[in-house]
Amino acid sequence: MTRSILLVGVGGQGIILTSKILAKALINEGFDVKMSEVHGMAQRGGSVTTQVRYGEKVFSPIIGKGKADILVAFEEMEAMRYIEFLNPEGVLIVNPHRIHSAPISRGASKYPDGIIDELKNKVNTVVINASEEAKKIGNIRVQNIILLGKLAKFLNLKKANWDDILKNNIKEKYIDINLKAFETGLNF
Amino acid sequence: MKTELLSGNEAVARGAYEAGVTVASAYPGTPSTEILENIAQYKEIYSEWAPNEKVSLEMVAGTSIAGARSICAMKHVGLNVAADPMFTFAYIGTEGGCVIVTADDPGLHSSQNEQDNRYYARHAKIPMIEPSDSQEAKDFLIKAYEISEKFKIPVLFRMTTRVCHSKGMVTLGERKEPSFKKYKRNISAFVSTPANNRIHHSQLEKKLKEIEEYNNSCSLNKIELNSGEIGIITSGISYQYSKEVFGNDASYLKIGFTFPLPRDTILNFSKKMKKIYVVEENEPIIENYCRMLGLDVTGKEKIPVEGELNPDIVEEKLLNIKNEFIKINEEKIVSRPPTLCSGCPHRGIFYELSKRKNVAISGDIGCYTLGSTEPLNAMDTIICMGASISAAHGFSKAFEKSNQKIKAIGVIGDSTFFHSGITSLLDITYNRGNAAVIILDNRITAMTGHQENPGTGYTLKGTETPEVNIENLVKALGVKNVETINPNNLKQVNEALDRAIESDEPYVIITKWPCALKKLKEEEKENFKKIPGIFKVNREKCRKCKMCLKAGCPSISFDENIGSIIDEDTCVGCSVCAQICPFDAIEREGDQL
Ligand SMILES: Cc1ncc(C[n+]2csc(CCOP(=O)(O)OP(=O)(O)O)c2C)c(N)n1
Repeated sequence: MTRSILLVGVGGQGIILTSKILAKALINEGFDVKMSEVHGMAQRGGSVTTQVRYGEKVFSPIIGKGKADILVAFEEMEAMRYIEFLNPEGVLIVNPHRIHSAPISRGASKYPDGIIDELKNKVNTVVINASEEAKKIGNIRVQNIILLGKLAKFLNLKKANWDDILKNNIKEKYIDINLKAFETGLNF
Repeated sequence: MKTELLSGNEAVARGAYEAGVTVASAYPGTPSTEILENIAQYKEIYSEWAPNEKVSLEMVAGTSIAGARSICAMKHVGLNVAADPMFTFAYIGTEGGCVIVTADDPGLHSSQNEQDNRYYARHAKIPMIEPSDSQEAKDFLIKAYEISEKFKIPVLFRMTTRVCHSKGMVTLGERKEPSFKKYKRNISAFVSTPANNRIHHSQLEKKLKEIEEYNNSCSLNKIELNSGEIGIITSGISYQYSKEVFGNDASYLKIGFTFPLPRDTILNFSKKMKKIYVVEENEPIIENYCRMLGLDVTGKEKIPVEGELNPDIVEEKLLNIKNEFIKINEEKIVSRPPTLCSGCPHRGIFYELSKRKNVAISGDIGCYTLGSTEPLNAMDTIICMGASISAAHGFSKAFEKSNQKIKAIGVIGDSTFFHSGITSLLDITYNRGNAAVIILDNRITAMTGHQENPGTGYTLKGTETPEVNIENLVKALGVKNVETINPNNLKQVNEALDRAIESDEPYVIITKWPCALKKLKEEEKENFKKIPGIFKVNREKCRKCKMCLKAGCPSISFDENIGSIIDEDTCVGCSVCAQICPFDAIEREGDQL
C-alpha cells in the first residue's frame, strides 16, 4: 500500500530540505519513494508544498484530496489551506505559527482566529509549537527539523538511521543543533 | 548498481552524461531550468546559457551538423521562440544525435499559458518521446540519441512540470564514450536552399513512415495486459495517474514514443479491449489519432482539456468516485500571493510608476511581473518575453493616432532585454518612436532562480567573461537619451521618469542594483555598497497614514493600535519605505552609520 505525506508552509521555512531528509529515510527503510515539489514562487513569500509518497511501488507523485495520511503544516493558515488533502482518518501535525501574507500585512484582510480549534474539531490534530521550541534551542530555523522529529515518531521506521541521514544532509556547523531539534520533536 | 533519488530534470542531465553528449545549451525557464544547471556539473560536457531559446537550438544544431551529440532544453513557450530553426532543422537532419527538450507546464504553475507542445512534433515533423518518471527520463533520453542518429533527425523530448519536478529512484549507468564523426562539407545535405529542401522534405516524409514502422516494435512503448474489459491508452505522467486509479483492473498501452504514433500497436491493443479510455493531459492528440483509425474511444468528453491532470480527476471522471474530504470554513483562509521580496530593487520603480497618471505601462516576464499586483497595480499589459518594448511602441502609435495624451512605457528585466528586448528597442529607434523604456538591471536572472546572463560577467560554468555594457549597447541601437540610476533612490527615479515622460525621443532608463537575494561577488560588494542597518518605525512620529504600505514590502505590516511595524528579521535596509514616509517616521536603526 502506498502512503502519503504532505508538507505545507511558507517559503523560507525549510520545507524542501525536510522532505529531502524524509525521502532519504524512507529509502533507507527500503521503500520506493516519489516526491513532488512545487517550485517557482518559494522565494517570493508564496505557499510551498511538497508531497512524499512511499510504498512497495509508487505510481502518482501527487496526492489526491482526502488521501494524505499525514499533513505536516509549518504554518497555521497553510494547515487550513491544505486540510482537504488530509484523509479524514489521518493525522495533522501543525506548528501554531503565524506568518502574515501580503493582504494581511497591508490591512486588507485579518489573520483568521480560531484555526487550531476548528482543525481540532475536524481531525486528529497534534499541535507542536516548533517555532517556539526552535527559538529555545537557539535558532528558529531548526523548526523544520523539530517537525520532522515529531513526524518520525508517527512513522516509526525500523531500519532508517535518522541521525546519520541528518548528518549527511546538513552543513557541518549546524549538525548539533539539528540533532537536538530532531530529539526535541521526537520526544515532544 | 547505484541508485539515486533524482528529479526528472536531474535524470535528463544524467542521461545526457551517460549518452555521451558533449555540448549543451539552454535559456532558463521553469520547469526546465535545472536540466542545464545539472548538466553543467559534468566537466565532460560543454554547457552554456544562451541568450534565448532560438539561439540555443541553433547552437546545438550546429554541433549536431558538425558531428557531435548535443542537447538543448527550454520551457514550452521557449519552443515558440525556437520554432523557426526547429522546422528547418527537421528537413536537413542531424549528424551527431540531437535532442530538444521541451518542458510543458499544464496548470500554468509558473507560465503565461499551458500550450501543449505535442502539436509541435506533428507540425515540425519531428519524432517525440515522453517519459513518465525520472528513471524513464534518463533511459528514454539515451534511447532518443539512438533514434536521432539512426534516422538522422532531431528528437523532441517532452517533459511536463510533474515529471520535471518529481523525484523518483533512478538506477545509474556508465558514460558512453562519445564518438565523433569526421567533418566534411556537404552542401546539398545541410544548406537550406529551396532546391535542396524540396528534396529534404520528400526525404523527411519517407523518414517519418520508416520511424512509424520502427515505433510499432519500439521498446519505449509498453503493453500491460490485465483484463480485457477496460484498456487505457496513455502517455507521460497520465500513465502514473491512470495506474494509481485503476491499478491492475485495466490493461494499459503506455506510449513513450508519441510521434509518429505506433499505428499497428494501437490497433492490436484496441482489438483486445471492450472499452477504451484515452487518458491524456491537455489536448486530445492520441484520442484524435485513435478516432482517425476508426476506434471508438472515450477521452476529452470526460477528461478536461484545460488544467493539470491528477488522480482525483481520473477517478471522478472515469469511475464516478468522489473522494471524501474534510470541509472547513473557507473564510479562515487568506490568500498568500507571491510578492516582490523585501529590498527588491524593482520596488522603487513600480512604486513611483504607480503614482503616475497618463502612462500606459507595458510589462514583461520576470520578478517585475509582480509590479502588476496589489498594492502597486502598475502595469497595463504583459504578453511574452520581450514584448514590453515592442508593445509599448505599438501603444505609443495608437495614442498618437487617437490623440490621447498617454505616455507609453516599456519595463523589462536585464535577462529579458538580452533575450528579445534588443530587437524591440531597435523597432523604436529605427522608426522614430517615442515610447520610454526602463531596463531593470538587477544583475541576474532572478525569477527562474538566479542564473547568470550576458550582463553579469559570469557564464553557466562560473567562468569570468566580459559583461555587456547595457548603456553602450542601448546607445549603439540609436538611443541618444540614456541614463543609469539607482532604483532605491526615489528622488533619482522620479527625476528620471519626469525626463523620460517629457521626451519626444526614445528614452531609456537603466536601473542598476542587484537582486536582494543575490550572493554578491567581491567586486559587486564594492560597486553596490550597502549602508548597514535596517529600519524601524519611530512611534512618536508615525501618524498611521499607511503610506509606507503602498510600496507592498513584505517586511511592513500595520496594526491599527500601533501603526506601521517593520519586521526586523526580514528588513534588508533598502530605505525605500523611509523615503516614502511623509513624516520621516522610518529611521535607520542603530549607530552603525
Ligand atoms: C520564452 C520564455 N523563456 C523563458 C521564460 C521563463 N522566464 C520567465 S521570467 C525569466 C527571467 C527574467 O529575468 P529578468 O528579465 O532578468 O528579470 P528578473 O526576474 O531578474 O527581475 C525567464 C527566463 C519565459 N517565460 N518565456
